Amino acid sequence: MADHHHHHGHDHDQGHDHPENHYSDMQARVKALESLLSEKGLIDPAAIDAIVETYETRVGPRNGAKVVAKAWSDPAFADWLKRDATAAIASLGFTGRQGEHMRAVFNTPDIHNLVVCTLCSCYPWSVLGLPPVWYKAPAYRSRAVIDPRGVLAEFGVALPEQTRIRVWDSTAELRYLVIPERPAGTEHLDDEALADLVSRDAMIGTGVVRAPEEQA
Amino acid sequence: MNGPHDLGGQMGFGPIAPENNEPIFHADWEKRALGLTLCCGAMGHWTIDESRHARENIPPANYLSASYYEIWIRGIDMLLERHGFATREELFSGRMSGAGTAPKRVLQAENVPATLARGGPCERPTGTKPAFAVGDRVRTRNFNPTGHTRLPRYARAKQGIVEVVQGSFVFPDDNAHGRGENPQWLYTVVFDGPEIWGEGADPTLTISIDAWESYLEPL
Repeated sequence: MADHHHHHGHDHDQGHDHPENHYSDMQARVKALESLLSEKGLIDPAAIDAIVETYETRVGPRNGAKVVAKAWSDPAFADWLKRDATAAIASLGFTGRQGEHMRAVFNTPDIHNLVVCTLCSCYPWSVLGLPPVWYKAPAYRSRAVIDPRGVLAEFGVALPEQTRIRVWDSTAELRYLVIPERPAGTEHLDDEALADLVSRDAMIGTGVVRAPEEQA
Repeated sequence: MNGPHDLGGQMGFGPIAPENNEPIFHADWEKRALGLTLCCGAMGHWTIDESRHARENIPPANYLSASYYEIWIRGIDMLLERHGFATREELFSGRMSGAGTAPKRVLQAENVPATLARGGPCERPTGTKPAFAVGDRVRTRNFNPTGHTRLPRYARAKQGIVEVVQGSFVFPDDNAHGRGENPQWLYTVVFDGPEIWGEGADPTLTISIDAWESYLEPL
């Protein structure tokens, strides 16, 4: 610790100084790390490309929206989701990392569900993709459990006073997907049009789904 | 451990500040950080529980001021050094000076789709029957372990009700420290807001955690 105050900013290439200096430029830090691990044969940089491409193009909240739309239009599927969400979601082709053990929780007029991970950033990747920054940040993780109505207000959601709020803290490997309430006036819509109404936030519980005429 | 990661109920972090039309990544290094973290994990030398515990060991002032991908990189640095893949000097210089541990596996690009699709299921059979049933009243234990645990501080020594028996799962408190998977029954336990937060708590609030059996005592 003695050299903590000495070499700020000009010695990214020295190993003896305080490690804190090395996290001030993350672009440089990660570049150095990738280069080292690649030289050591521990990683395949093309595998990193493939991982990034997966979460940029194939695995994201449109997957979850399809699950919600089908739950709304197909009561047998909704029932399956309640009993065995992992299998029901897998039947639509959505499986894998951070979605191995899925649970679907259904909003009703009486209960609004909200999902958080107070201890890290657990999130159902297979149906929602990578979590947004706010989901992983201290403000949301600290407040969702103690002040959920205040949190919801910041997302523009005002629930009736009597609506009960259920917060799910994802402390284990179960991953929770909120099935929001289907808005009135959507009876004529097919699954694709229904899915278009469903936002990522509605599937975390920080949003609700509004009818098309309200969304404009 | 009572680390900086255990945030439930803490105050002073300000508004949530969601970003409209948030991009999936905010910088190129975040993409590499995601991929590096997954590739390093895929070598098979540490568990997800050990990697979570590494992040929890980041000094609090650093943890709370870091972006989440920075937290991941700090965690990976610790794990690579601990498992002998690289020295600290190599990590921070980016220059190799020796071989280090040989990896069990290296994730190749062509195997990425199958690896991500498989994930890492952690439900495991136990030789025991669940000690608790749906509807049982339980109290969470009061403890302050110096190692890894998934029982948040705000939910210790609180009374709740078993809502679901979820199956039996790898026990992270052991697995994070190389003591084996030692699966236990896992329960969704629901608490009334006032039981957790006391005076002034929102009476319409209930909170649940997923609790391993050894976190719970019968009432």
